[in-house]
Amino acid sequence: MSPQQLQVQEKRELAKKEESTVPARIFVPTTDIFETDEALTLAVEMPGVDRNKVDGNVENGVLTIQGQIDFSKYAGLRLLYTEYNIGHYPRSFSISDRIDQDKISAEMKDGVLTLVLPKAEQAKPRRIAVG
Amino acid sequence: MMGTFADPFDALFSLQRALDSRLESDWLQGATAGMGAYPPINVFQQDHDLVAILELPGVSKSDLEIQAKDNTIRISGKKDIRYSEGASVHRRERSSGVFDRTLTVPIRIDPERIKAEYRDGVLALFIPRAESDKPRTISIN
Repeated sequence: MSPQQLQVQEKRELAKKEESTVPARIFVPTTDIFETDEALTLAVEMPGVDRNKVDGNVENGVLTIQGQIDFSKYAGLRLLYTEYNIGHYPRSFSISDRIDQDKISAEMKDGVLTLVLPKAEQAKPRRIAVG
Repeated sequence: MMGTFADPFDALFSLQRALDSRLESDWLQGATAGMGAYPPINVFQQDHDLVAILELPGVSKSDLEIQAKDNTIRISGKKDIRYSEGASVHRRERSSGVFDRTLTVPIRIDPERIKAEYRDGVLALFIPRAESDKPRTISIN
């Protein structure tokens, strides 16, 4: 079967609850979540975000990630034609106790942030040996 | 021009406003003759030259191919998403597949001098205008 043609995914803009002091737009980054026996992995697409501009923290069982765009790269450029908009990328997820919150690791490559949330020891599936 | 202090949000404001009013211009004239509309492109002007910026999150540099001829630029490649062995997928929002898009610019460009930079899923193409296309100052005797 031939690989499928990629379609453009429109960015989902977030309506902010409170006004922010910085006038940038925010968009919900597309995220894939998958689980293995070892860990829960999130792949978050944040094109244009440098790895130093990614913030992540876990508080009260909520994982919050925020990717900031550097708009200064566009200074001096005059817009001619546009198909997409640019903004920051925040997203939060509530995570359960089954995650070992101290061991969360993150890696940024090609605009995709991959977060690995390892499961706490007691949450890993255990095989029961039948005598 | 305005006063002596440059408003640091000026660049941000004008970019956001401009991107907001999605130009329904005929500027590219249905020129994307490639197979689809992915990846999305924004085109800017810098002095006489053009800068095209495309978003390709998750595409690695080795999977990306750019070709230029006359005044067309073709960007093609594939985006692979790989899951670990035996993973169960809870949420699937990203898409993977192939893409092939051709961009035709309405000015004469120099394909030899096009520079491409790819970082963090964003491809920036610096497209210099051909010397022969630049306006020439005519001196008056």
